Amino acid sequence: MLLNQFLLLSAVLFCIGVYGVLARKNGVLVLMSIELILNAVNINLVAFGALTADVGGEVFALFTIAVAAAEVGIGLAIVLLIYRNRRSIDLSEADLLKG
Amino acid sequence: MLSSIEPFLAVTDFNRPAIDWHAAAPELTLLGFGALITMIDIGWLERGRKLAAPLTSLALLATMVPIITLALSGEDRSMFDGGFVVDDYSLIIKAMFVLTGYVIVLISSHYIAEGDYWENEYYGLLLSSILGMILMASARDLISIFVALELLSIPLYMLSTWRKRDLKSNEAGLKYYLMGVFASAVMLYGMSLLYGATGSTLLTDVNEAVSATATPSALVVLGIIFVVVGFAFKVSAFPFHTWAPDTYEGAPTPVTAFISVASKAAGFVALMNLLFVGFFGRNDIFEPLIWALAAASMTAGNLMALRQKNIVRLLAYSGVAQAGYMLAPLAVASDVPDKALTASVTYLVIYAAMNLGAFAVVIAVARKTRSGLITSYRGLFRYAPGLTVAMTIFLFSLAGIPPLAGWLAKFRVMEAVIEADTTAGLVLGIFVALNSVIALYYYARIGFMMWAEEAPDGDLKPVSVPLPLGVALTITAVITVVMGIFPGDVLGRFTEVSLLAGG
Repeated sequence: MLLNQFLLLSAVLFCIGVYGVLARKNGVLVLMSIELILNAVNINLVAFGALTADVGGEVFALFTIAVAAAEVGIGLAIVLLIYRNRRSIDLSEADLLKG
Repeated sequence: MLSSIEPFLAVTDFNRPAIDWHAAAPELTLLGFGALITMIDIGWLERGRKLAAPLTSLALLATMVPIITLALSGEDRSMFDGGFVVDDYSLIIKAMFVLTGYVIVLISSHYIAEGDYWENEYYGLLLSSILGMILMASARDLISIFVALELLSIPLYMLSTWRKRDLKSNEAGLKYYLMGVFASAVMLYGMSLLYGATGSTLLTDVNEAVSATATPSALVVLGIIFVVVGFAFKVSAFPFHTWAPDTYEGAPTPVTAFISVASKAAGFVALMNLLFVGFFGRNDIFEPLIWALAAASMTAGNLMALRQKNIVRLLAYSGVAQAGYMLAPLAVASDVPDKALTASVTYLVIYAAMNLGAFAVVIAVARKTRSGLITSYRGLFRYAPGLTVAMTIFLFSLAGIPPLAGWLAKFRVMEAVIEADTTAGLVLGIFVALNSVIALYYYARIGFMMWAEEAPDGDLKPVSVPLPLGVALTITAVITVVMGIFPGDVLGRFTEVSLLAGG
């Protein structure tokens, strides 16, 4: 079984995603980085499910996909709202609230 | 018609698991009403506006009925191999969420109606979030914990962006969304590792598998750390609290009250389900982690609260500190399991009452002063004595002064950490005691301003408190006082709760 390769792939995707969330300033790119983390999760779940021949992993992955779609829908709506109000999706410019 | 699908049914060996409709009745009632409100919103548009708030209150009162009948029947119920459990613990948590929702409806009705925004969606989203919370109280499975968490968080992201044309509200929603989604993604990664290490999503099976070996595998260690860190964001524990003050300040104040009480409590409920049922055998991993989070949260939260000028930000940082107190008993979970669980649940329930009350006063005062500055509370007693008394009760309860309820909550926490009788527990007890003293300073400072100083510009026009807001203040103030004086009489057999491992 090629489990190690799948886990390695998902760990790499996870790290790229975390780096993207922390380092990127563009709202849409941050959303894409979060998607990368969620896909790393899905790869893990499906690989583990296939390893143990348990359907639970696939079911979990389906739930993750459905919920991630809802989450990104909301995220894009918020980013769009901010673009309409301030003509920019640069996250470092969102600094009205601090202290 | 039925005969045409029969051949297909014959080839599957799927048997529907038995469903206990009574146990699921609170969730189903709330779901039905939420769908109804959304339908009215879509079908009747502006004509449905007047119905929204009364219907939401009715929905929450109707949800209380099955919760009470379940409590009266007194038996523990469990469905889906123990993935959905109804016991004393989950019932008291459900009742707390529903009551919190009711108070939030009371304090938001005027606030939302006076702003120029759509009302029905607000209440639909609120109900959907409460549905996620009461589902969380019964969830004993990784998948249902994840779904409940998203069901309660996603509406909150939208609610905190409610004032669409206000840049501050936009920013509050954006920060909350990014932090929340990032945290739940990290938590999910941890859950996927745990699923891989244990081969099951049921918490009881997870516990069996993780505690089977003397030394945990790397997968289990990473999995538990990621899951706990994911929920540390949700409960705004230091150093994962950075979203909280900004979101609290920018979001509409009733939504802030809801996030600071209900969303935080839901994070704690999930954490307790996971720690007491799922990871209990691996206390060597989670206890040091929770200990560090608790000690850091109370110290950092209180120190940062000292220099706040805005009342909502002050309550945000005080919320970080309070999260530390609530985490403290969980750090000694293996030594005194029942005491620790009872202490955390008691703290959650009491914190809900006193913090909601404090936010209700903030909303009432802001109706006149239109300001969030702490200095705008100067001389409040001269023109709003009732609100001053209420705010004093809530602040002193938050500080933990007897005989108010906050004192009982702190007492239970101290009792748990000291009875654990370990060095870690005793040191944590010292942290709690020192931090209570620091916290008293900033709570008492507001009290001094309200009672002793003069009103700015000598403006003594009284504050108009609408009836629903007054009712909300009365409910929370009565709970805060009565729970402190007669804890046993109010809670009865719910004063001591224990968590069933799957039932």
